[in-house]
Amino acid sequence: MKLILKNVNVFHPIENIDEKNISVFLVDGKIVKLSSKIGKEAEGAKEIDLSGKLILPGFFDMHVHLREPGREDEETVISGCNSAANGGFTAVACMPNTEPAIDSAEVIKLIKDQAKNHLVDVFPVGAATLARKGEVIAPMAELSEAGAVGFSDDGVAIKNASVLRRALEYSKMYGAPIIEHCEDESLADGLMNEGTNSTMLGLAGLPSVSEDLIVSRDIMMADYTGGRVHIAHISTKNSVELVRQAKKRGINVSAEVTPHHFTLTDDAVKSYDTNFKMNPPLRTQEDVNAILEGLKDGTIDCIASDHAPHSIEEKETEFQFSPNGIIGLETQIGLTLTELYQKKILTLNQIVEKFSYNPRLILNIPIPQFKEGELANFTVLDIEQIWTVNISKFKSKSRNSPFDKRLLSGKSIAVINNSRMYYNGEFTSI
Amino acid sequence: MPLSTRHLLGLQNLPKEDIQLILDTAHTFREVLERPIKKVPTLQGKTVVNLFYESSTRTRISFELAEKRLSADTINFSVSGSSVSKGETLKDTMKNIEAMKVDMVIVRHSAAGTPLFLTKICNSNIINAGDGPHEHPTQALLDMYSIREKLGRIDGLKVCIVGDIAHSRVALSNIFGLLTMGAKVSVCGPSTMIPRNIKDLGLDVIYNIDEAIQENDVLNVLRIQLERKAREYFPSIREYAKYFGITQDRLDKNGKDILILHPGPINRGVELSSEVADGSNQIILYQVTNGVAIRMAVLYLLGTLN
Repeated sequence: MKLILKNVNVFHPIENIDEKNISVFLVDGKIVKLSSKIGKEAEGAKEIDLSGKLILPGFFDMHVHLREPGREDEETVISGCNSAANGGFTAVACMPNTEPAIDSAEVIKLIKDQAKNHLVDVFPVGAATLARKGEVIAPMAELSEAGAVGFSDDGVAIKNASVLRRALEYSKMYGAPIIEHCEDESLADGLMNEGTNSTMLGLAGLPSVSEDLIVSRDIMMADYTGGRVHIAHISTKNSVELVRQAKKRGINVSAEVTPHHFTLTDDAVKSYDTNFKMNPPLRTQEDVNAILEGLKDGTIDCIASDHAPHSIEEKETEFQFSPNGIIGLETQIGLTLTELYQKKILTLNQIVEKFSYNPRLILNIPIPQFKEGELANFTVLDIEQIWTVNISKFKSKSRNSPFDKRLLSGKSIAVINNSRMYYNGEFTSI
Repeated sequence: MPLSTRHLLGLQNLPKEDIQLILDTAHTFREVLERPIKKVPTLQGKTVVNLFYESSTRTRISFELAEKRLSADTINFSVSGSSVSKGETLKDTMKNIEAMKVDMVIVRHSAAGTPLFLTKICNSNIINAGDGPHEHPTQALLDMYSIREKLGRIDGLKVCIVGDIAHSRVALSNIFGLLTMGAKVSVCGPSTMIPRNIKDLGLDVIYNIDEAIQENDVLNVLRIQLERKAREYFPSIREYAKYFGITQDRLDKNGKDILILHPGPINRGVELSSEVADGSNQIILYQVTNGVAIRMAVLYLLGTLN
């Protein structure tokens, strides 16, 4: 079918596209023309007026938990993809801590099959070691061939330096990064950031040095092996500095941060609300400031949600017994625009880098092109829209978000990919 | 003047006036405990549930006695033999108990923050009887009451808490309460058992027990929890007893008349030598008696609010 997106702004800096108030003409989901003048060829096209809205290359969340296989009561590939589309994403990379773990081609195939007809592309991250036990490296060749874009034991770091070394050396053959949840196992016996708040709340602390130690280890090992390490959900001041220095030295390291780690501090835990329980835990304002600086100067490459769905009964419990994690797909663009763009910490260009270009560069996935004949892969933002988060309207199956009722400014209003459009809460073929 | 709160979750945010009121009220109940008939009808018709998810002897008996002496109906719920072993959530358990129309819930739980969690899911008055390593407010109140009775004041006194500060709810509640009441508070123990941010709370840290004895009016000596992980924090019991244990020799050497409190149960020969545990400086059993009066005061003040 023919579709015209009218009066829209289009921004794709690496293609030098920065157009205001033009029309985008699509036929069967493919780009025909970006122009202020669309002629006769578009006769009979469906028109959508997007005045004041902004088209960007489709956003990519490189750290989500889709829970399938294993915990389909919390999320499925389909519900997770719906959540991603509603949050403004055209692609996600899903983490391997499923049950069973993503450590065989069969599990990758299962996930890919579930996602097959969806607007949102799903790129599985394979386990770095068998069953994520940290003992034997996973069959990375087979996993790569089946479609794994990176390897991780996410939830924990790769157990020891020797296994990490092998994982880095082996994955190097396939150009895939090792994505690390950086936490020293022997210091992991805590419930929140270790600091004044943990002392006052009687909650065992997770010291920031636990992250810093593994970030250091991984950087050293990436340097030694020539492999590639991606630091997942960075949360501490020292880790940001370690990554900054490593990049200066030319070591192959990249990093992502979650919106909760740049918007919240461990003060929030005073309520013992389990929606503030995550790992890595919320840190201090000093850490948040360092993260903002790292986002600004490019030390931190991406923003990713660490979308971690959990059932109501698991979260509505004593703080100590609650699982870690919150869902984030449907709030992260709003939080980023509110806290980073509106407050002039990041430019729009940087936001496109962190949500669209860098995740794909890290995972070796082509960046969408805005050229004639290319499949349209768009995220459409309304940067000025003021809205209130309402978790009961989320497309995710889970509700564990600490951001309910938060006022945000800036929202994704549509996504287009795979000849489908998500707009006004509905998927349509285009 | 009523209390400013309908729950007693901890002393961290409890105003001075509330603490004062509880201590003063306890004083009247202390008198009741000396009578031949130790019972008053104050809470007749009220139902109190003792919800104990963690074993406890003295706190639970103390609460139960306080409830009975105020003529409340009491129900005991403990972890073994309850629905918990069948995997019921705390929320469901609490909702079920409340459906039976109870008025107050005394809760002890291994997880910090559980009493606050209960206030969000039910309407009863909640009293914290110890939540993990967080708070144990009635213990700190009875400690403060005992100090005030013995020394006539709390304001301006130097009080040192000795032992495993990092894992102690007694320490934390005492710190909060004593600071509110104007005492100068310090902590003493092996550095591995003192949280690294403790100074943010406005405390001095002392690593030498002799110095702690010399410089303070009161020592509140905590039980070293030999059965728990605590043992990983110091090399041996022998070393702990030698460098942090309080002996009569130490008291004599430092030539000071110091008041010694201990929340019990005592590890004799570890944190206190037997001589000290039975000696003239300690007020351990006096604390236990006062505990009933404090709990009566708290039950009375919260139970008559509504």
